[in-house]
Amino acid sequence: MNAWLRRVLILVLIALAIGAPLGQGNYIIYVMTSWLIFSIAAMGLNLTLGYAGQISLAQASFMAIGAYTTALLTLSGWHWLAAMPLGVLACFVVGFGLGYPALRVKGHFLAFVTLAFNTLVFLVLRNEEWLTGGTYGLVGIPRPTFGLFSTMRSLPFYYFTLMVTIIAALAMWGIVRSPWGRAFRALRENPIRAESLGVDTRRITLLAFAIGSMYGGLAGALIASLVQFIEPGSFGLAHSLRILLMVAVGGAGYFFGPFLGAGVVILLPEILRFTEGYYLIIYAVLVIVMLIFVPSGMIGIWGRIRDRFIARPVARADLQQGAQLK
Amino acid sequence: MMSQFLQVLLSGLATGSIYALVAIGFALVWQAAQTINFAQGEFVMLPAFLVLVGLNYFDLPLWGALLFGLAMSILILGAAFKKLVVEPILPHGGITLVIATIALGILIRESVKEFYSAEGQPFPSVLPSDPINIFGAVVSLQDILNLVLSLGIVVLLTLFLNRTRTGRCMQATAQNPAVAEILGVDVKRMVLYTFLINAALAALASFLITPVYLAKFSNGETLGLIAFIAAIVGGFNQIRGALVGGLLIGVLDNLVATYVTAEYRAALPLILLILIILVRPQGILGTPEGRAV
Repeated sequence: MNAWLRRVLILVLIALAIGAPLGQGNYIIYVMTSWLIFSIAAMGLNLTLGYAGQISLAQASFMAIGAYTTALLTLSGWHWLAAMPLGVLACFVVGFGLGYPALRVKGHFLAFVTLAFNTLVFLVLRNEEWLTGGTYGLVGIPRPTFGLFSTMRSLPFYYFTLMVTIIAALAMWGIVRSPWGRAFRALRENPIRAESLGVDTRRITLLAFAIGSMYGGLAGALIASLVQFIEPGSFGLAHSLRILLMVAVGGAGYFFGPFLGAGVVILLPEILRFTEGYYLIIYAVLVIVMLIFVPSGMIGIWGRIRDRFIARPVARADLQQGAQLK
Repeated sequence: MMSQFLQVLLSGLATGSIYALVAIGFALVWQAAQTINFAQGEFVMLPAFLVLVGLNYFDLPLWGALLFGLAMSILILGAAFKKLVVEPILPHGGITLVIATIALGILIRESVKEFYSAEGQPFPSVLPSDPINIFGAVVSLQDILNLVLSLGIVVLLTLFLNRTRTGRCMQATAQNPAVAEILGVDVKRMVLYTFLINAALAALASFLITPVYLAKFSNGETLGLIAFIAAIVGGFNQIRGALVGGLLIGVLDNLVATYVTAEYRAALPLILLILIILVRPQGILGTPEGRAV
């Protein structure tokens, strides 16, 4: 796809995102807002999984850290704009501290450490009642107001979330295109070659994980204001797995994959509502079948179709790894 | 005081030995096929329900239902898992496979919840659970027999791997598949055996541990995590490692719950995991680069 077409396409998508909720009921706007929020969380995990090639199973915990920090601070009178950065910073620090030991060793240790961390965060949220309200959670979290622009109603909050999402996506675009981001990709495609070119693979992976966690914190700060009520159950392991599957379904390592994946995971329950309890079963089967036939996710399906109908030059197989680095 | 400690220690060893069975299967599969199975906890949850199906729908006697459960587990969690999930996805890379096993875990968990029951089901105890007295400590006979049985299974498995031709071929496959193949080992068959053994171990662990709790669809969540951590803590390139890891976590878990904090007992494996990774990443008994079974 050439750059021009891509730019036009992105503008059309943004126009659609602005126009779609107009005239819709509150519930549809709510679903769209949570789609945007989970896209942010998935975007962060995509950096860890798709670009740096490490599995994090704690994205929901980072959402919890962002959500609880923001909620506690806004409840005590801070503005969202002041509270959110603290939550995001906390996620960066925790992510760094967690990734440091886990990434010392090769293999999928980060997956296990984050898996255990998710349980730990859940326990702290449930047990430390003096701070987190225990199982009752925190209620009545205020939404931000900017002078005359109040986000108390659902439509303004949607536009506020959309704006934050676009800023977050632009920042991610910058990260992925920066020398750093290229180092992430070099690492994923061929760790040995990346290392031989002077990429400090461990530091880069650690940074990818910590930055990915920050996006989780940002999503958490938004979801606290959207739902205005948070409790430990909304940040369990199941939710981390859900975000991970969003990234895998959309297409790990593709910039727009998380948006697509989050859309599918958020919308599928609505579409499959008639199947009642069997929704998760159908979904899990679909994911496994998709991984067997199109491991690169839904964006990969588009690539398959394009390759079938439009002839393109094929890279020499022995150059393919290098060719992908472009 | 002393008798309470002994009591806590023994029941910890009993639970730990069952964790060890799960961890060993996990480590074997990891070694032979580079497969990290995130559905391992569900692999332990499912066999108990297969037994309940045998008991309640086919009216089998208990031993018949157990055999039925074991056979079905080996078929579904061993052969079908390898043929339908691992084989097609492994060439796409380890991460893709990990995600697939996560989806598989959700599939098993939700299927049990929807098709059997969302409520905890009582599970018939295979072993007698009369309390017995050992040096003043009151321990259930079930705990002691669990410990003896799972240690027995580990010894048998070790003998099989070290003393039989097939077992040695499996070890060779785990160490270096290419060389093993050149030397005439049927590598594919050996990998299949590993998956079957993993399924059998998971089923046995399921039969031993489920009577202690109830059979519930969500049992796998904690079990799977504990098994991974036991394998890593002990050093997953040796059976002994997974055994030590399992026993250690079982005992520490009980000690912490009794003497330190019950609220945070679930946090203990995490702390142990991070300590081990910082101090000795190859595990307590592991060797840095070796890939022996």
